[in-house]
Amino acid sequence: MEILQQLFPLPPIPTIQQAVFIPMALFTAVCALTVVLAPNLFHNALALVGTLFGVAGIYALLEAEFLAVSQVLVYVGAISTLITFAIMLTRGMMYGTTSQTNKQAGTAAIVMGLFFLVLAGLVAGAPWPNVGVELGDGEQIIATLGRMFVTNYLVPFELLALLLLVSLAGAILLARDRR
Amino acid sequence: MVPLSWYLILAAFLFSCGLYGALARRNAIAVLMGIELMLNAVNINLVAFWRYGANAAVQFDGLIFALFVIAVAAAEAAVGLALLISIYRNRKTVNLDQLDLLRG
Repeated sequence: MEILQQLFPLPPIPTIQQAVFIPMALFTAVCALTVVLAPNLFHNALALVGTLFGVAGIYALLEAEFLAVSQVLVYVGAISTLITFAIMLTRGMMYGTTSQTNKQAGTAAIVMGLFFLVLAGLVAGAPWPNVGVELGDGEQIIATLGRMFVTNYLVPFELLALLLLVSLAGAILLARDRR
Repeated sequence: MVPLSWYLILAAFLFSCGLYGALARRNAIAVLMGIELMLNAVNINLVAFWRYGANAAVQFDGLIFALFVIAVAAAEAAVGLALLISIYRNRKTVNLDQLDLLRG
């Protein structure tokens, strides 16, 4: 029995956070694969919603609650709706008989697979800290974030507001029917 | 807690998927979805590095940067999809192989 355990050591028992992380990460990864591999555009969009929800869960696990809520509001609420509308407005591409990928798909798949392996190897080999510092009150963090947006980061914040205004007005102008 | 490297590996996987989608798909909307995946991967990295940094309880620069990325991604998606709708109206396709107006 002991020899068996030495040959096949049992994986360490995961903590609760790890037990939450693993299925969440698997779900996110499978959805991300579906986003780029599924032939039907509508399935891609649905899988994208799943991925974005998974990423929001990852933020929550990292104790960035405000970011998780923003992710659900902005990405799942707004961007995926925009993408769905764009898919429906450019209909006809959805059910095409031609391939969904271009000529460089095979090369891209090989290069990206190797890229991921290199990145994962580098990341796994580096000595990262395994435990973060203790965060205090979550509400306090959100209050500090809000204060920083109107003090230290005032100029970028206002620029961002201007960027959003200009881009939304520009989007309406671009998508408008000119006839 | 979960080791930092797990988050980084997940983010690397999402980034690779997104870059493959951006490089290999023919439909412009699918390319935009790949770009969204890449932005999300970068955001995971930013937040994870913030959480495991030594000053996580007092400095929130990583969080603020991630919020900026989300807002810019929203602007990018709006303009990109409006461009696609405009292109579709004029050319009846959003297939990137056929959009070669600038070819000499």
